[in-house]
Amino acid sequence: MTVTESKLLSTGSDWDFETLDRYDRAIAGLAHGKYGLDTYPNQIEVISSEQMMDAYSSVGMPVGYNHWSFGKQFVEVEGRYRRGQMGLAYEIVINSNPCIAYLMEENTITMQALVIAHASYGHNSFFKGNYLFKTWTDASAIIDYLVFARHYIAECEQRHGVAAVEEILDSCHALMNYGVDRYKRPTPISAMEEKRRQREREEVLRQQVSELWKTFPDLRPATQRREPNFRYPAEPQENLLYFLEKNAPLLEPWQRELIRIVRKMAQYFYPQRQTKVMNEGWATFWHYTLLHDLYDNGQVSDGFMLEFLQNHSQVIYQPPFDSPYYSGINPYALGFAMFTDIRRICERPTDEDRLWFPDIAGSDWLATLKFAMESFKDESFIQQFLSPRLIREFKLFSLFDDNERDYIEIDAIHDERGYKIIRNKLSEQYNLSIQEPNIQVYDADVRGDRSLTLQHIRQHHRPLDEKSSREVLRHLYRLWGFEVHLESVDNGTVVERLSIPDL
Amino acid sequence: MSYIIDRRLNGKHKSTVNRQRFLDRYRRHIREAVNDAVGRRSIQDMEQGERITIPQKDLSEPIFHHGSGGRRNVVHPGNKEFQQGDRVKKPSGGEGGAGGQQAGDSGDGEDEFAFQIDPREFLNFLFEDLELPNLVKRHLEGARSFHLRHGGIVSHGIPAKVNIVRSMRQASMRRRALSAASRKRLRALKAEHEELLQQDQSPQRRERLAELEEQIAKLQRRLERIPFLDEVDLRYNHHVKVPRPVSRAVMFCIMDVSGSMNQDMKDLAKRFFLLLYLFLQRNYEHTEVVFIRHHTSAKEVTEEEFFYSRETGGTIVSSALKLTLDIIKERYPVDEWNLYGAQASDGDNWNDDSPGCASLLEKELLPRMQHFSYVEVMPRSHQALWDQYQGVMERNGDFFSMAQIDAPGDIYPVFRQLFRKRMEAV
Repeated sequence: MTVTESKLLSTGSDWDFETLDRYDRAIAGLAHGKYGLDTYPNQIEVISSEQMMDAYSSVGMPVGYNHWSFGKQFVEVEGRYRRGQMGLAYEIVINSNPCIAYLMEENTITMQALVIAHASYGHNSFFKGNYLFKTWTDASAIIDYLVFARHYIAECEQRHGVAAVEEILDSCHALMNYGVDRYKRPTPISAMEEKRRQREREEVLRQQVSELWKTFPDLRPATQRREPNFRYPAEPQENLLYFLEKNAPLLEPWQRELIRIVRKMAQYFYPQRQTKVMNEGWATFWHYTLLHDLYDNGQVSDGFMLEFLQNHSQVIYQPPFDSPYYSGINPYALGFAMFTDIRRICERPTDEDRLWFPDIAGSDWLATLKFAMESFKDESFIQQFLSPRLIREFKLFSLFDDNERDYIEIDAIHDERGYKIIRNKLSEQYNLSIQEPNIQVYDADVRGDRSLTLQHIRQHHRPLDEKSSREVLRHLYRLWGFEVHLESVDNGTVVERLSIPDL
Repeated sequence: MSYIIDRRLNGKHKSTVNRQRFLDRYRRHIREAVNDAVGRRSIQDMEQGERITIPQKDLSEPIFHHGSGGRRNVVHPGNKEFQQGDRVKKPSGGEGGAGGQQAGDSGDGEDEFAFQIDPREFLNFLFEDLELPNLVKRHLEGARSFHLRHGGIVSHGIPAKVNIVRSMRQASMRRRALSAASRKRLRALKAEHEELLQQDQSPQRRERLAELEEQIAKLQRRLERIPFLDEVDLRYNHHVKVPRPVSRAVMFCIMDVSGSMNQDMKDLAKRFFLLLYLFLQRNYEHTEVVFIRHHTSAKEVTEEEFFYSRETGGTIVSSALKLTLDIIKERYPVDEWNLYGAQASDGDNWNDDSPGCASLLEKELLPRMQHFSYVEVMPRSHQALWDQYQGVMERNGDFFSMAQIDAPGDIYPVFRQLFRKRMEAV
């Protein structure tokens, strides 16, 4: 590089494809060379705001199947955007290989650079590195699978009618959060294989009735003499959609396949739901770091930096709890603060840090950061790395609400006694298995009236919202085809029971 | 390595199908909103989109979630004055509590979900389930517009239109037919040949064998000479030109502008005409409108004059009907045009004119017209004209309808009632 000439990558706020390319190269050089981030190849797509709205309303899937709920999301986004109530997100990034990131054409070059650094290097390396994504999602197969799903659903619509397909999808969407295997690990398979297996499953199902319902009395006398308290499933099942797909008595093969598709989507998005703070924090940390490096190298101007910083500080703003803008803890703010803090602990540890983080204080910050990114999810990440300093900075406090008392207690604040409590509580707040009601399939009365019983195990005596539960049960009933009961269990006793159809 | 791709030229309307599904699902709500809108709108902006609101609760996509109650912990940022162990009184009203934010979601804040539909969608909903009464005459416009239709298979044609499947089928049939006898004979000879070979060889038999072989060879040559594809086998797709019938409609808008019609009444009448006009436009490729207004004498006027200028005077309805008849005779041959009439009046008429109107309508106009509708914009008791028309309606229910409009809110319901799909017509 010649020293006498200006090293600036661009001047002014307009961009063209050459400028984008220059920025991408510069950022890639830093990300791969200086920091050794491991990423999928990038595919950066420039789109218009209308296309962004399309992408937005399909939950960020580049190819989605058709469903009215996406249409609803679309009109909502469109309306809000038109009235100027909402800026569109600067970027959407898809966990795929190559990693697809969308840039909006309206943005200035500063924003484009920010998004490239944020999405194409930040999120991208997170998708490739984090253990949840590694085990649960297959970046190279997802696009193919989405295409398969879209075609399959379109074919079903032709064969069985849009309404029939929509019904099943509605019901599946209602149970989507319960279509996830939390503990079993899937083995990745290719889209071709997926298609072959789908045909095979359909064929097998066509040929034989589910084993479960084979109750010819004379053929199998042995099973008749089983213990009267024989229960199916033997162990409670947490994956409701999987259970329905395999065991619902009256579903057609194609209906089972639809359940399966929704289940796969849920599974694909499950890691994202568990790593919001980390994922955004990581990406924000890297766009901040990478763009600052560009500035230090003299590759971007002061004006560029000011515009960048203004946007950056908007993104990581955390309003206090009593502000009218407060809507919970901002994952960008918390995540960014935590990664920055880890770096600080490594580089300039205080005595307090040495006491709280003996393992990482003074260690190599880059290695520590990567380790943190790769091996945790939000819950454990907070549990592990939330420092007292950050708790003070955010002025976190914990409220305890017991419906048997007429007051709310502040059980911890940002002081010596409160650090550990707050860290535990905050970590719990990001634990999906605590935030979502714990509902499992308890009993399917396969020899009797075929009714299905679910159990909700109450944690901290928290009940279910009755109205929405009833709605969901109705969906469940549609899939199962026979009576459905939901028992709410508190301390081992059934305290509430909902049934559909209502008796 | 990064690839930067320009996707801006790709399709923008990926969500159209989903949007349409959504609209279909909430048809009922949208219809209500559209109905409301019609009453509210002024004439000029009838053809615009509309903002639709749907109560959030009807749109819910339910999931299992916790309700209020039980014990819960929430961590918030931005503590200012709280100390550990502080107690805060719960806000009254049940919900509240520590999960301030969650309570907001599950509480009864019944937000409305609002969005825009575009003008085309608006009109679709507006005229859903409506249909023009009676048969539609279509005028054949010969050479000017036709389309090609598949006209069967023929044995002559140009190579580009060869129907391969049919040609091959034909060839196969011909080959089988021509070769059937020879093949049968060949089979017999071969069988005999085979049989002789199995037996001990004598000179006689050898001679027979040679003879057989010669015959077999001859037959095989004959079979080979049958052509695989012959000219007679060729079949061609045939297309015929079918003239496309063009439907044209003309609508006669007849309005009373006499002194007794005040501005409000005229406004009501105009709204009705406008709806009818929009409706006709959707049903026919080509729609013309003839505006006729009358007091004691009738006059054909422009749209502008019809809707916006004022006149006063007495009322003779028959003058307008006569003028209509004249215009039909002069400009709109009955066998080429679909004719519709709509008349709006306050019902005031010179009493001895009304019977004349009825008979003119019944004898001259109705036989020529697809449909004639009469609306009376008057919130008061009916006069002679109404009674006379009532008689007409009883005798010509299919071609004539009448209704009364009191307020803008009535227009659309009346309109729907006049043009609702008639099941018996199907």
